[in-house]
Order: sequence, then structure tokens, then C-alpha cells
Amino acid sequence: MIEERAFFIDYARCIGCQSCVQACAECDTHRGRSLIHLETIDRHDSVQTAPQVCMHCENPVCAQVCPADAIKQTPDGVVQSSLKPRCIGCSNCVLACPFGVPRYFGEIDQMMKCDMCYDRTSTGKRPMCATVCPSQALAFITLDEFRRTRGGTAINEWRFGDHPVRTKVYLVVPPETPPLLQIQGLGSARPSGAFDRNDVAAWLEQG
Amino acid sequence: MPPPVRVTARGADAAHAIAAGLAAAALVILGIYFGSRHLRDFDVALVPYAGASVFAAFGLGYRYAMWLRRPPTGLYWRRSWQLFFAPRHLPANIVRLARLAFDNFLAQKFIGRRAVKRWLAHWCIFWGCVLAAAVTFPLSFGWIHFETAPASLARYQAFVFGVHVFSFRLDSVLAPLVFNVLDVAALLVLTGIFFALWRRGLDRGALAVQQFANDLLPLALLFAVSVTGLFLTASTHLLRGYDFVFLSQLHAVTVIFTLLYLPFGKFFHIFQRPAQLGIAFYKEAGAASGQATCRRCGAPFASALHVGDLKRVESALGIRYATAAGDYQDVCPRCRRLSVALAQDALWRTHGRGPGKGTR
Ligand code: SF4
Ligand code: SF4
Repeated sequence: MIEERAFFIDYARCIGCQSCVQACAECDTHRGRSLIHLETIDRHDSVQTAPQVCMHCENPVCAQVCPADAIKQTPDGVVQSSLKPRCIGCSNCVLACPFGVPRYFGEIDQMMKCDMCYDRTSTGKRPMCATVCPSQALAFITLDEFRRTRGGTAINEWRFGDHPVRTKVYLVVPPETPPLLQIQGLGSARPSGAFDRNDVAAWLEQG
Repeated sequence: MPPPVRVTARGADAAHAIAAGLAAAALVILGIYFGSRHLRDFDVALVPYAGASVFAAFGLGYRYAMWLRRPPTGLYWRRSWQLFFAPRHLPANIVRLARLAFDNFLAQKFIGRRAVKRWLAHWCIFWGCVLAAAVTFPLSFGWIHFETAPASLARYQAFVFGVHVFSFRLDSVLAPLVFNVLDVAALLVLTGIFFALWRRGLDRGALAVQQFANDLLPLALLFAVSVTGLFLTASTHLLRGYDFVFLSQLHAVTVIFTLLYLPFGKFFHIFQRPAQLGIAFYKEAGAASGQATCRRCGAPFASALHVGDLKRVESALGIRYATAAGDYQDVCPRCRRLSVALAQDALWRTHGRGPGKGTR
């Protein structure tokens, strides 16, 4: 029996090549619109770029705060994009998702989000982004493959403020990391004192 | 004054919703009784249709009330009305509502921007159904009826709530239109279904996510209603009434089934959708109310009104973003993405190997 594949995300591996951004727009469930987020993290914080797909929460906050009941989960735990007849474009989900995933498109008055390429994953194929990602920062593999090829461990339990979240998508972290990752979002993106964000020399001085 | 966010037990919700359903059904019954002048204009042959409508009204009242009991729905519903009826803005709001209703419901422009075939399908089905509903509900409730004029058998008179509204000659241009309006509606609906199936059959995205009960059953029901309706016309005009009784019963079955399905399946969006207009008012009021700024990057990311309301919805839902150290709801979506990536980065740093691309 083939072990079921899971989605692993490892921001640290991302090389910022934008392949996932291009591939995402090719997905048949939202053709022409790329829904993945690729963040260039400010140099002040890190040199990293980071892709963000929907983490497919077990009890998704996006669906709970949706007044139109437009976000549904498939029996296999994939949180779908908004139902077109229902979504009234209020952006509650956009603001409430702990991972900042859903996007609101004003011209069609609708929210759209990553649905793990349901057209593909429901027929055993890998999602577009994980298929093209050259560094496998986005990987759709079995747990066994993960153990054989990666040094870290995979966690899927989070706490945002005091709110616990468990996700279908795993994050790769160092071995022996406690299984729950606390996110406060408290770290200031603004360095103290007068600081020009475009002044690279000042960043370097700050270490 | 912000409207309250209600949290109630499920049992209380259901009792409330049953009451709302009964009230909706009672309204329809009263409407039928008084609208048909104490049943004087009520056509007994149409009792099954009227009965199914009463059941549908109950279902719709129940489902709508249940829907409004969800904290986010209830809050935005009350908020929308509060903003709409704000005395200072009411006249402008009424004009705005008319414009929004035209763009979103009559022309359905936002669907056109999603895809042309989707728009064609939806527009045809929508107008076919509106036309059919505008004729059949008043007819089966006894609100309108037709009679031959006492003076001339070649003249027909139309009555609305028992009041004579207009009359026309049987050989006038109007006559075939009046008698065949339901056929026009059926053809519109069938055209819409054709486009819908065309789109659904070819669009690989739609093929992956569509479900029979949710997406295809409604089309099948509309198809059955339209085709059996057209059979009746064919039987009358082409086949000299061949099997008319059976066909009319078949048609009644399809219509009744559709009415009973109305509150539960995809058709419920007809009643949900107007909330979209409320959200338009909400967004405008939000834009005028000042912006909330992200506590991490300091940039404005949404209206202060929206973020404040969302926090109340979250606390009603038991989403515990608020802590003594601050509220995660004050972090903008981009900073949330950054925070998660940075948290992972910090773990690898403290692990002593740095992010170390390619080493793992
Ligand atoms: S990550 Fe965000 S969008 Fe995805 S399921 Fe969770 S709450 Fe919803
Ligand atoms: S934008 Fe759409 S899917 Fe998101 S919460 Fe609002 S209605 Fe629901």
C-alpha cells in the first residue's frame, strides 16, 4: 500500500525563484490567478523569502468567521476556496486567518484561496507548487520519504495568541523541537530609533 | 452603538428558528387567504403548489433564522441595517441601494467578470426563474386570475387581488404572450442550463470540485420543471391534449420537489446573496471610519470598524487571539505570514545550524 502523501513546508529552503507563483496561476480551480504568497522577508529580519500556502486547518478560523458559510472542508480535510454563489466578499477570512492566506479579489467580489490544487490532489497528483519547487521548500511526499530525505522533524500544532490550531500541512523544524509552535506576531518590524528602511548600511550595523 | 453579538445554546437557536419558520409559513397562509379574497379567487386545482409553497416558506424561515444565529452573520446583518437606516444617509443610501441592486442582481456584472459562460448561464436561469415565479406564485395563491369578459367571449380580463387591471382580446398580440409567458421562462432556463452544463463539462476546475447534490441536482430539477412545463404546452397545442392529466401531474411533482428543496440546497443562496449589498455599505462606512494599523509593521490594513467587529465575532466564537500581551487580530495578514516564517527561522537559529539551506 502506498503511504498517503502529505504537504510539508520549509521556508528556510526557499530560494525565491517564483516558480510556485507561476505554477499556482496554472491551477485549474483558479486559472490565471496566483493564490500562493511569496514573501520577501525584510533584510532587517532575515535574508529569507517564504512561500505561504493554505495550511488546511482542522477547525479553520476562516470558515468560522465567514458570515456566508462559504468555506467548506472536504471529507479528507482540504479547506476549499469560497463557494462562488455564497461568498459576499466581506474579507473576514482574509483578516482572521492566522497564516494570512485568503485573498480578496475586488473585481469579482470574491475571496479565493489555495485549495491544495484539489483537481490534482484528489486524483493522486501533487499540487502545482510542490511539483515545480526546485528546492522542495514545498514538498508533497510521504512521511517515509520525509524521514529518509530530511534532517528535521515535522510539526502541525500551533498557538496564535491563546488560540490552538492544528493543520493538515506540516512545517519542517529542527529535530527535538517541541510539537507546538507559539506565534504572537509581537516582534516589531520597525527597529527602534530613527531608521531608514532603505539604508542597507544601517541594517548591517545593527547586525 | 455596535450591535450585540449573540451567543446562544443550540437548542435555543433551533426553537427560535422554528418560530421564524412558522411565522414565515403563517405569513404565506394569511397572504393566500386575504390575497385571494377569502379564497374566492383561489383555484383548488392549484392547492398542491400552494401547499408546497407554505412548506418552503417554513423551511426558508427556519434556515434563514439559523443562519442569522451564527455570530458573524448576525453581527453583519444588524450592522448593515444600522448603517443603511442611519437617518443622515438614508436618502443617499436608497439611491445607492438601487444602483447596487441593478449592477449585482439585474445585470449581475460581478459574475460577468468571473467568466462569460458562467454569466450567460446564471443570467438566463435567473431571469427565467424570476419570470416564472412572478407568474406562478400569484396565480397559485389566487392573487391574480383571468376571466372571460361578460360582454364578449373574445375578451379576457385580468384581476389582481380581485381588482380588474386590464383586458385584452384573444386575437391581440398580447394574448399569446400572456398565455405563453411560462414557455418563455422555460426556454430561458433551458438556455441557461445548456451554458451551465457546457461550462461544467469542460472546466477541469469545476469538474474537480462540483458535487452532485450541490451543483448538478439543482440543474436537474430546473431542467425537469422546464421540460415538463413545455410538454404541457406541446400536449395542448400540438397533440390535442394528449396525456394532459398525467403530464400536469408530472409537472406538479417536479415543481413541488423543487419548492421543497429550495431552503436546503444551492437555491438558498438566492436568499443569502442580498447580504452582499449590506457588505458594500459596510465597506463604505469602514473606509470613512479610519483605518486599523498593524501592531507589527504599523501600516494600515483594514478599517477600524471591521477589525473591531471581527474581534467581537472572534471572542463570541471562542477564537482566543487576544492575550495579555496583545491581540493577534491587530497583526496584518502580511505580518502574520512573516511571523510564521520568522518563527521557523528562529528555531533553526537556536538549533545552532542557521537556516542552512541545502544542509538538510
Ligand atoms: S490556513 Fe487560513 S485559509 Fe487555510 S484553512 Fe487555516 S484559517 Fe483557513
Ligand atoms: S470574504 Fe467570502 S469567504 Fe471570506 S469570510 Fe467573507 S463571505 Fe466568507
